[in-house]
Formats: sequence, C-alpha cells, structure tokens
Amino acid sequence: MQVTININGEQVSRDVEPRQLLVHFIRDTPGLTGTHWGCDTSNCGACVVLMDGRPVKSCTTLAVMCEGHEIRTVESLEVDGRLDPIQQGFHETHALQCGFCTPGMLMTTRALLDENPNPTDEEIRVAISGSICRCTGYKNIVAAVQWAAEHQAGTRQEV
Amino acid sequence: MQTPASFEYERATSVEGALDALQRAGSEARVIAGGHSLIPMMKLRLANPEHLVDINDLHELSYIREEGSEVRIGALTRHVDLLESDLLATRFPVFRDAERVIADPVVRNRGTIGGSLCQADAAEDLSAVCSALKAQVVIRGREGERAVGLDDFYIGPFTTAVGDGELLTEIRLGLRPGAGSAHEKVERRAGDWAVAAASAALWIENGTIADAGVALSAVGPTTVHLARAEELLRGKAPGEELFAEAGAIASEDCAPLPDGRGPVDYKRHLAGVLTKRALRRAAARAQHQEA
Repeated sequence: MQVTININGEQVSRDVEPRQLLVHFIRDTPGLTGTHWGCDTSNCGACVVLMDGRPVKSCTTLAVMCEGHEIRTVESLEVDGRLDPIQQGFHETHALQCGFCTPGMLMTTRALLDENPNPTDEEIRVAISGSICRCTGYKNIVAAVQWAAEHQAGTRQEV
Repeated sequence: MQTPASFEYERATSVEGALDALQRAGSEARVIAGGHSLIPMMKLRLANPEHLVDINDLHELSYIREEGSEVRIGALTRHVDLLESDLLATRFPVFRDAERVIADPVVRNRGTIGGSLCQADAAEDLSAVCSALKAQVVIRGREGERAVGLDDFYIGPFTTAVGDGELLTEIRLGLRPGAGSAHEKVERRAGDWAVAAASAALWIENGTIADAGVALSAVGPTTVHLARAEELLRGKAPGEELFAEAGAIASEDCAPLPDGRGPVDYKRHLAGVLTKRALRRAAARAQHQEA
C-alpha cells in the first residue's frame, strides 16, 4: 500500500507491504542509514527515532502506522554543517567508541533535553535505560548529555 | 532479519469503524495499538493475524478522568501518560509505582493499557495492578458493551474475554474512601519482565481494612489473584504480622515455573516478600503516613 511519511521535514512516499518496519522504510527509501537496525526486539535502542517529537523504537513500529506523523532521524541533528549540542557533547566527552548505539542515544537524549533542559544524572540514566551501549559503560554518555545541557541553543559548532 | 508474515492492514477512524472492520475480518483479525507486544509476537510467528486493525487514530479512547465515583481510563492511553498522570498518582499511586518499572521510557511512549491487558501475559504488571484495584473493563461490540471484572476477563494465558469483533475500550476503577495502593517488582535488569511482582490495594476505614486487593505477576500461568489473602485481610487492623501472614499465603498460592529468572522456591519466597512490602506501603499511603 502507498505510504507517505514526513521524514526530517520531507514527504517520502513508497508502495510498501504493511509488514514493513519503520526502520527498514527509513533506511531503504530515503536511504537514511544513520538509523541503525540492531536487536530487532525493541531491547537495544539503536533504532530509536523521534515520532512527533517522542522517541520510539523503529524496529517495533510498522511504516504504515506512521502515515501522517513526523519522523526525525539522526541525520536531522546537524544543520548547515553545524552539529547539534548533543552531537557536540558526545564528541567532547568521548561518549562513543564503536558508534552503533549512538544514533539511538542521540535521538533519545535530544528528546530528553527538549522536554527537560537541565536533567539530573539520574534522569539521564532513566531516559537512556531503553538503549544498550557495549563500549562506554554509560558514564561518558551521561557526561555528554550534561555537556549539551550546559551548551544548549545557539551553540551549534562548525563541523 | 525478523519481519512479520504478510497481513492486511486497515486504519480505523472511529470506534464504530474499528468494530465493523473487526467483525468483517472475524477470528483472523487483531487490534494493533502500540504494537510493542503484538509486533514482536508476529516476528516470532507466535501470532499470525491475517488482518490488523490500527486504532492509534481513535483519540477518543485516550483519556484518564474522574467521573462520579470512578476513575476511567481509555484503552488507548499510553504508559507514559499513566506514569505522568497526577490524577492517578493521587487516587491510585500503584500505577506510578508500576509504570516506573514497565519496559523502558521509549517503549512506554507507544505501549497502551488496553494492549497490556489484552496481551494477558502473566508477567505483565498492569494486569496485577488492575486486579488489585478490582477494576472493571469495558468490552464493546457492535451489539453494545459489557463491563467485566478481571477474574472474568482473563480466561487463560494470552487469552481474554474479548471476543471476535470486539474491542476493549475502557478501564473503570471505583473510588472508595481510605484507599492506598502500591506495586513492588523485582527484575534482573532495567526494563526486564518481572521475576515476580506484587500489587496491593487497601481500603482502610476507622483503623480497619474494609477491603483489600492483592495480585501477583510472573508467578503463575495468568495473573495470580490472591483471594485467600484478601479474605484474611478484610475486617482486620493493618499491621506487620498480618501482612507477613498475607505474604505467606502469596508464597503458597502462586504457581511459578523455574526458568532463567530463578527457581521455584526463590520465586515463591519473592512473591511473599513483595506482597508484604506492597501491603505495607499501601497501608501507609491509605493512612497518609507516606507521600
């Protein structure tokens, strides 16, 4: 069936089977492979994107369910060569090693900061509890979110 | 790659439309809301519906409101909204206790109370919460609607009283004086299913337990309703010894299976301890001894 989804502000249309998962629609149709396809069981959080501003696991959402909704992926964070503060925070505090979980971590924590600009470490840990990182031990990810909280709005950095 | 088998998809725009679609598709149809139980089941071929009716646009089924002597919750209300509801936190704090430990915040953005109850997974938390609160659930079909208690709602593992062509639309919670409630859960890691969990509700009037509700998750083929413990509690003054006795009944009356989350004796012990703790907190809340 024909599906049209607003992804990062652009209308993306494709004829898909109803069983196609959102993660595959995002990666295959506009070719936005920044959203990672991880555990496929809604446990790992690598596939998290924002749906109408709220983080959701795109491996457990059907593409057809997203018609009429706004999806934001990790590709939307950098604008005109300037990184979002959350991306810069990950860079500054070394909050990634292999980078597989990073797209989901970035979108989850971007949504956290949109709702709660000054989270406590505990609030950050709760927010990312649906995302698994095998490299960092999470400590630097928490530091990255705190870095971003301290350097919010208007501080996009040149890449 | 895990992908569900093929199915027909239909997005409902009204409750009546959803009921019509369910009626047409018959026994091979399933309702999809958050999809965080159903889609994983479909990927594993544990569920193979030929027709999905998407009810996510039925915003009229998403609400938490007080009406007369009841709190009513629409079936499409998402976990995040149950967690953040001040009305529920005031009236039935057991919801906030449970929602803090159901899956993770991202899953809670999608999953719904109706989906959780209809999944009828014995390890699911809200079934125990609703059982302890003696909820009535409203099931609507094209011929009309009926309200049933949780004991009649759960027919067996993963099986409910919602028939072909029917939709769970609302959860009703009676408001009675002196209410206090709490949920206690032990899980292996953040976001996991319970090893065991206990929900307790007490209605305390003039220092006496007028009524009690106690139910367990993950330690039986379905949610375990502890009728014998409730009988024990009714008419008595709340206290540590009484709660310990209720915990002992919980250990006896549950029916856990050994698995990766632990052996039977451990789970029985846990069911007893969590029942005692949930009762203790429910009583403190009923008597305003705890925020």
